[in-house]
Amino acid sequence: MSVLGPGWTALFYLAASVCFILALKGLSSPRTARRGNAIGAAGALLAVVTVFLSAKLENIPLILAAIAVGSAVAVPVARRVQMTQMPQLVALFNGVGGGAAALVALLELGHNEDPWVRLAVVFTMLVGAVSFAGSAVTVGKLQELISTRPLVFPGMPVLMGAVVLGAVAAGGFVVATGSAGWAVALVVLGLAAGFLLVLPVGGADVPIVISLLNAFTGLAVAASGIVLGNVLLLVAGTLVGASGTILTKVMASAMGRGVTGIMFGAFRGGSTAGSTAQSDRPVRSSSPEDVAVQLGYAQRVVIVPGYGLAVAQGQHTIAELATALAARGVEVVFAIHPVAGRMPGHMNVLLAEANVPYEALKELEEANPEFPNTDVALVVGANDVVNPAAKHTPGAPIYGMPILEVAQAGQVVFLKRSMRPGFAGIENELLFDPKTTLLFGDAKDSLTRVLGAVKAL
Amino acid sequence: MMDPITLLTVVVLAVFVGFEVVSKVTSKLHTPLMSGANAIHGIILVGAIIVAGQASDPWLLTIALIAVVLATVNLVGGFVVTDRMLEMFGSRKPSRPRAGAGEDGT
Repeated sequence: MSVLGPGWTALFYLAASVCFILALKGLSSPRTARRGNAIGAAGALLAVVTVFLSAKLENIPLILAAIAVGSAVAVPVARRVQMTQMPQLVALFNGVGGGAAALVALLELGHNEDPWVRLAVVFTMLVGAVSFAGSAVTVGKLQELISTRPLVFPGMPVLMGAVVLGAVAAGGFVVATGSAGWAVALVVLGLAAGFLLVLPVGGADVPIVISLLNAFTGLAVAASGIVLGNVLLLVAGTLVGASGTILTKVMASAMGRGVTGIMFGAFRGGSTAGSTAQSDRPVRSSSPEDVAVQLGYAQRVVIVPGYGLAVAQGQHTIAELATALAARGVEVVFAIHPVAGRMPGHMNVLLAEANVPYEALKELEEANPEFPNTDVALVVGANDVVNPAAKHTPGAPIYGMPILEVAQAGQVVFLKRSMRPGFAGIENELLFDPKTTLLFGDAKDSLTRVLGAVKAL
Repeated sequence: MMDPITLLTVVVLAVFVGFEVVSKVTSKLHTPLMSGANAIHGIILVGAIIVAGQASDPWLLTIALIAVVLATVNLVGGFVVTDRMLEMFGSRKPSRPRAGAGEDGT
């Protein structure tokens, strides 16, 4: 249908672009975030309705059916996914978006003779394919289908170089000839580049890579806007590309890392220093009753939650424990490391789900000065974010990352599944410190038993 | 194709807006912001719809419809999952009327 003229179409696309800007702006502040997201969704709906009313389209029933299929897949998954698995889902959504951009560009190749437009086609296909394959690897790493350790093999930099050169050559042929065969080769090389780019990234850095690939997909969508002559795609893609780049940098600096160090660190040998071997050095293990006494007679307890808590679905139990301790007159706060969980801000989401009050959540800068006045630091399923190696061991993969300085507290209690090192694969000296005790077991079981013992005090 | 200078103007301005709107975000919101930005690039759906609407050959149409499905998953799923995350941030406020005071300080 061509109900809308070009003027109205452009105006509606402009309105949708403004919605996206307002969405990003809203998402940057806790009070306006949800409204911001709703504005973004409204903008997207407006844009989709506009394209149906303005472009000369055939196959409309099939297109509507495809949209229905996509929604029928996405909505239940997005609604039901456990909050612990959310990073994987975001990575997956990002990957399919990149894939869609690459396919759109591939199909538009035949319609364009202009070499500059063909260059945009090449860019979209390549970056979209990198984003798709890279996201697939991040999903594999987060689901632990692939090793979370940096995967490097001899000759990998050479292979990567060959793939990049091949992609440049194939891209050149596509621009020169518009050949569909070369375009398919380019997509395949882009997929290979995506795999090779993300395989060497260590598990703890995967969130940063998701953010980076998110920015990549944004750029691919922006380039597809040039291909299709569509200003909305250009603006929306550029917005995501730019904001995604900044967000990636902000996240990386919250971990004390540079983006290039994360992407290519494994080749310099730095990130591969970890080990997954269990240590057999002696530690002081404890019982739930002893932990309950330590906590119940303390004046101030700081809880440091980590991914182990999330995996065990223990966020509700720990909220209960905090309430039980507060009822005994113990001051309880949660110290949240910026990268606790698997994505920056992930732990805030999980604790919010368990109704932990906002005031009880302290960020790193607020929490660290308070540890010397703290009787007990209770570390639940966290390891890397409290590992002093980040401060003292220059060779460690997490060296330079700001940590929660639980060692300054009077006593430290770790609830851990086992002595296995954390996601980054490095041993934590703090576990062997004389003032540290450990309670082994699933975080939720341990917390339930400690909670029972606290109530019985 | 659009006038290259106009395109460049649009891109440069969009880059600045993109930098500006997220430059001061608290780490608490990094995950929802990433997820929200992720949903926005699902607008490639508009491109997929245009391509599918112009496909003549059944093979091209099939590929285009796959692109439509993928883009829809990105767009719809992205907004829904972001809303779910943010719902959890907001849900405490009614039960904790004083929460707003602490929040403004951050």
